[in-house]
Amino acid sequence: MSTATETIEGLVKQDYKYGFYTDVETDSAPPGLSEETIRLISRRKNEPEWLTDWRLKAFRHWQTMQEPHWAKVHHEKINYQDIVYYSAPGKKGDRPKSLEDVDPKLLETYEKLGIPLRERERLAGVAVDAVFDSVSVGTTFKKQLAEKGIIFCAFSEAVQEHPDLVRKYLGMVVPYTDNFFATLNSAVFTDGSFCYIPKGVRCPMELSTYFRINAANTGQFERTLIVADEGSHVSYLEGCTAPMRDENQLHAAVVELIALDNAQIKYSTVQNWYPGDENGRGGIYNFVTKRGLCRGSNSKISWTQVETGSAITWKYPSCILQGDNSIGEFYSVAVVNNYQQADTGTKMVHIGKNTRSTIVSKGISAGHGQNSYRGLVKVQKSATGARNFSQCDSMLIGSKCSAHTFPYIEVKNSSASVEHEASTSKIGEDQIFYCNQRGLATQDAVNLIVNGFCKEVFKELPMEFAVEAQKLLGVSLEGSVG
Amino acid sequence: MSKPILEIKNLSAGVGDKQILKGISLTISPGEVHAIMGPNGSGKSTLAAVLAGRAGYEVTGGEVIYDGKNLLDLNPEERARAGVFLAFQYPVEIPGVNSTYFLKAALNEIRKSKGQPELDAMEFLNLVKDKIKLLELNEDLLRRSVNEGYSGGEKKRNEIFQMAVLEPRLAILDETDSGLDIDALRIVAGGVNKLKRPDSAQMVITHYQRLLNFIIPDFVHVLYDGRIVKSGDKQLALELEAKGYDWITKAA
Ligand SMILES: Nc1ncnc2c1ncn2[C@@H]1O[C@H](COP(=O)(O)OP(=O)(O)OP(=O)(O)O)[C@@H](O)[C@H]1O
Ligand SMILES: [Mg+2]
Repeated sequence: MSTATETIEGLVKQDYKYGFYTDVETDSAPPGLSEETIRLISRRKNEPEWLTDWRLKAFRHWQTMQEPHWAKVHHEKINYQDIVYYSAPGKKGDRPKSLEDVDPKLLETYEKLGIPLRERERLAGVAVDAVFDSVSVGTTFKKQLAEKGIIFCAFSEAVQEHPDLVRKYLGMVVPYTDNFFATLNSAVFTDGSFCYIPKGVRCPMELSTYFRINAANTGQFERTLIVADEGSHVSYLEGCTAPMRDENQLHAAVVELIALDNAQIKYSTVQNWYPGDENGRGGIYNFVTKRGLCRGSNSKISWTQVETGSAITWKYPSCILQGDNSIGEFYSVAVVNNYQQADTGTKMVHIGKNTRSTIVSKGISAGHGQNSYRGLVKVQKSATGARNFSQCDSMLIGSKCSAHTFPYIEVKNSSASVEHEASTSKIGEDQIFYCNQRGLATQDAVNLIVNGFCKEVFKELPMEFAVEAQKLLGVSLEGSVG
Repeated sequence: MSKPILEIKNLSAGVGDKQILKGISLTISPGEVHAIMGPNGSGKSTLAAVLAGRAGYEVTGGEVIYDGKNLLDLNPEERARAGVFLAFQYPVEIPGVNSTYFLKAALNEIRKSKGQPELDAMEFLNLVKDKIKLLELNEDLLRRSVNEGYSGGEKKRNEIFQMAVLEPRLAILDETDSGLDIDALRIVAGGVNKLKRPDSAQMVITHYQRLLNFIIPDFVHVLYDGRIVKSGDKQLALELEAKGYDWITKAA
């Protein structure tokens, strides 16, 4: 008989639209990790010696480190020697010089993903850097941006064209010794995006990077570096997908943001890596280090993330509020369904005077999903007048999932004010029935209720992406109720 | 006589092992208003819930024909789209979901099922403007989340506002009058009366004869222990007011 629990739990089925594979010729390194692998990557990218050395230092440090296990996630042991650390579409050495030379198959891939790169069909108002496995295949609107002095290109290109900038800022926020996965990334990172906004420039369009893992057994280790010089503004968006595979794949990225005096960086992520199937087989391990440094006074860094994909997410976009009056924000929606696990949150480190931070975290758990919020608010002695407000809400759909909250607070300055609010709610049978009674189907009702729950976060996303995010949420929770 | 909108035939239903409705029969024809009265716990809300298709209630006997169709075969949203509307005794809060958006989505589902084109935001707002006046509702409420932070009376009034927008064929009002002050009662009852159409019907659940001074019922039924133990016209409500339920329930 249709009982209350049955309506809520139902069968869990999920369609991952982006699970296709593109058959292209690749230039790959053999699996395994050694100094030789690192030299090979560095050579392929024609890197200067200082960068090769930096990678090798990271690698040597990494060998002394242990894989961390403090997060509330469980996974099979990762064999780092089984992973391919370099895979690029195309034959060795013939990197396309411009988008016009890119393999049409790749362009089609991005089109299928809803990211047209060809001149005619480009998304208006959004410049895209498309990263395919280990390399960037092209960046749109480069010329228009260059006119304003904005640099937006593949990381490896920046190493060639703007080595001084890269050298100055690389590792400034996330040093190569930072943590196991960030250190691994420092050793083997392949590509990613680089972005520099010069003094006083407001970036006239959204910048975005679209990451695609395609090849099997390949790890993706990209590195993004965004520098906003004094008084500049930039809004950046990151999206990602991967084919459906039974094996797990590792994605260990590093993102560093640096905001100088009066600069603002808004970084939004819609993370939709393949989450694994309904039995928890396959999916991406998303172990990512993201950190922003509000280096200048009155600077602001705002993270907004919508995390719907990955088998495991381990990610804490953070802000170091060094400049006086600087502002850090973290808005997050994390959804887990089936057997997905997420341990995500943020760190706000208050160093400068009158620094302010806001944390809004919305965790949604369905199926057998496990969702943890882990956050640290740290007010150092110097941070007179620091203020933080945190709000962590969890929503449960069904009775086999779980939600946990781990807020850590360290305050060393008595003038600081730190507020934390938390709530857990279950999507109510009565709420769904109320919607049904007004004519809405159950799945639509769930989407409506969940979207309402996430509203404070969605309103932080750039318009176009807010709509995308809402749809994505609907897809992620498909079948979570009967 | 025109074909009935609703025919309840010997309906029994319960929750788990507990039998709550024990053989209810009731026929409602177009244009009629039926009042359902009865002591606390007699099964009034259960009847409304079963008609609306709430999960958790098991129908153990009898049948319900709505508009010539077997109502019990339809899921709750299908019933709603077919014109069955329940004004909840306890309207539910949905945080973060804008009231206007919610109601527009509801109306468009109903319109879609009838093969009518969906209304866009502007068309919807125009429609809503008139209905708001009908219930003298504070427009502010429509910018807020569904029922969130509404006062008890506002929630009830909002239910009837939704009814005004959705224009159901069969409206079931579960104690819409309770919690309303006397002015609000007059407004809500006035609204309900204006929504009466020759081809629609209303089932009004109430404890108080007072409401029936405003909404004049064609029939009054007394529910007791899951059965209709007495039916009559509006005089019956007055009699109940004067004598209480004892004289009927003792006889039953
Ligand atoms: N879901 C349920 N589980 C268990 N018992 C229930 C459930 N729903 C109703 N009942 C019981 O069925 C009986 C009838 O309840 P119902 O709410 O229909 O009464 P009512 O006539 O609407 O009362 P009131 O005038 O107080 O609103 C009560 O004894 C109630 O406790
Ligand atoms: Mg009741």
